[in-house]
Amino acid sequence: MQRRVFLASMLAVVVLGALVTRVIQNQYYYFAAYVILQYVVLATAWNILGGYTGYVNFGSAAFFALGAYTSVVLIKAAAAPLVVLVVAGGLVSGLLGLGIGYLTLRLRGVFFAIATLALAVVLQTMFINWEYVGGARGIYIIRPKTVPFFTSYVEFLFAVMVVLAVVAVTVAWWIENSRVGRGLAAIRDNEEAAECMGVPTLKLKLVATTVSGVLMGVAGAPFPYYVTYVEPSSAFNLDYAVNSLAMPMIGGTTTWAGPVLGAVLLGTAQQVATVTISSALNLLIVGIILVAFVILAPEGIIGLVRRVTKGKRG
Amino acid sequence: MFSVDLLLNAIIAGILLGGFYAAVSLGISVAFGLLDVVNIAHPVFVILGSYAAYAMNTSLGLDPIVAGLLFTPVFFALGVAVYRIYYNSFEKKGEESLRGLVFFFGILFIVEVVLLLQYGVDYRLVEAAYIGESVHIGPVGIAFRLLVPCLVGMGLTLALYLFLSKTFYGRAIQAVAQDSLALRLMGANPIRIKTLAFGLAIATASLAGALLIMIGPVEPSMNREYIGRVFAIAVLGGLGNIGGTFVAALILGVVESLTSTFYGPSWALAVSFGVLLLTLAVRPAGLFGR
Repeated sequence: MQRRVFLASMLAVVVLGALVTRVIQNQYYYFAAYVILQYVVLATAWNILGGYTGYVNFGSAAFFALGAYTSVVLIKAAAAPLVVLVVAGGLVSGLLGLGIGYLTLRLRGVFFAIATLALAVVLQTMFINWEYVGGARGIYIIRPKTVPFFTSYVEFLFAVMVVLAVVAVTVAWWIENSRVGRGLAAIRDNEEAAECMGVPTLKLKLVATTVSGVLMGVAGAPFPYYVTYVEPSSAFNLDYAVNSLAMPMIGGTTTWAGPVLGAVLLGTAQQVATVTISSALNLLIVGIILVAFVILAPEGIIGLVRRVTKGKRG
Repeated sequence: MFSVDLLLNAIIAGILLGGFYAAVSLGISVAFGLLDVVNIAHPVFVILGSYAAYAMNTSLGLDPIVAGLLFTPVFFALGVAVYRIYYNSFEKKGEESLRGLVFFFGILFIVEVVLLLQYGVDYRLVEAAYIGESVHIGPVGIAFRLLVPCLVGMGLTLALYLFLSKTFYGRAIQAVAQDSLALRLMGANPIRIKTLAFGLAIATASLAGALLIMIGPVEPSMNREYIGRVFAIAVLGGLGNIGGTFVAALILGVVESLTSTFYGPSWALAVSFGVLLLTLAVRPAGLFGR
């Protein structure tokens, strides 16, 4: 896609998001849209490492929760404004991302994936035992009463998430169309060969894990204000890990549009199912769709569409 | 706070726990170690085994171990079915590593949610005459709810070890792990052998699940705690090494028991995952690696 067209459409999304807050009054839509946009960020972040580079991260929940808990600490200690929370959450999770980046030196493929899962549990245990942020009981967070330009705080959070989603997608799009993206694709296809051809594999992997970590932390940073009650088992929920890898898998992992498509489709379906059926059943649907897609359509929806259009031309 | 009695009790409890951990990890040692199938859904099959034992125990009053043994063929069939799907969708096309991993992650999630829908988030437990009993040797108390799982775990380890080293099929499984092409040239079908081995790996989950619910109450999302444990044990023991797996299970059991006695139970889980991370980073071949 042309650079100008892409950037213009991203800008259009932000403007549209701002306009929406002037029109829609029903608060439920903001709650639902926030979750879907949060998944757009998480899925895009996961895909930078999982889809572009080929390193599967099962610990998305750890990065997300680290962002959320960084916010909790800053709210409790300094009553910091949301902008600071987002930046700080991104930084802390980015550091963790850099850490797992160095892990890729020794661990490849499945061992890396298992290590990220282990990392999530170790971090969760640490937060369970950390009394300052509420320990296992959890902690209540009080939202600021008013916020300028918005009629309610949820509308404000929604607007923030629109911006974050646009930033995440733009970053993914930029990586995909730059030398970095081609280097990552080389690592995904054959790491040894890439190394031999002079691709700076470690540097690129560190970029991928760090950027992915930053974006996940950023997605988690507004979480305490959204739920107003944070506890380890909800912040570290396995649903985040499953969804943030299921969405790109279902949408398609090779382009930025895949995770967005997956997140919007699956996220909306889950929101509808939670309201109309039950929240446990909607998770079952996610699981079944995920398994069906890895078996039947490994390239995701984007891949299916490509296959169909190619078939017509040929 | 610190006393010799406490230390002794913690070590004994750890060894007993370790015997049980061996039972849970054997399936991973076979599937991951020998077959290169990264079945991260193994712990969820163990939980499924727990619920099977629970259902039999509450409806028919069946002993959990008997129930576990009865369900072994069912789990074997389940394993065979899962492997068939896995083989046809991933292994045959050579895409097994990452997509296969996601496939098992999806299975884990599906089984967990099905159990959740069926039984809810409440903790379930089984009843048998001997579960509450214990014997005392000097200052050390041995609870039967830990002793029985440990003994059964040891028996299972021994049985699997003998099967793999002494019988024709067992040796064929070891052979397929080393060189499946050579096996094919010798006139054996590696896929059939692998299907058998994977079925066997899942079959151990039935008995392991029965032991798990005997040790303590069970709820569907518990499988996640065991993902770290079983992989830590399988990797630490050296992949595919049954004896090594047993020793690693005892080590992890003792370390966890000491942690929970002297630092509090909420830290015990971090230990197993810490061991896993450390082993992966320092010596991926494990203590007894090939």
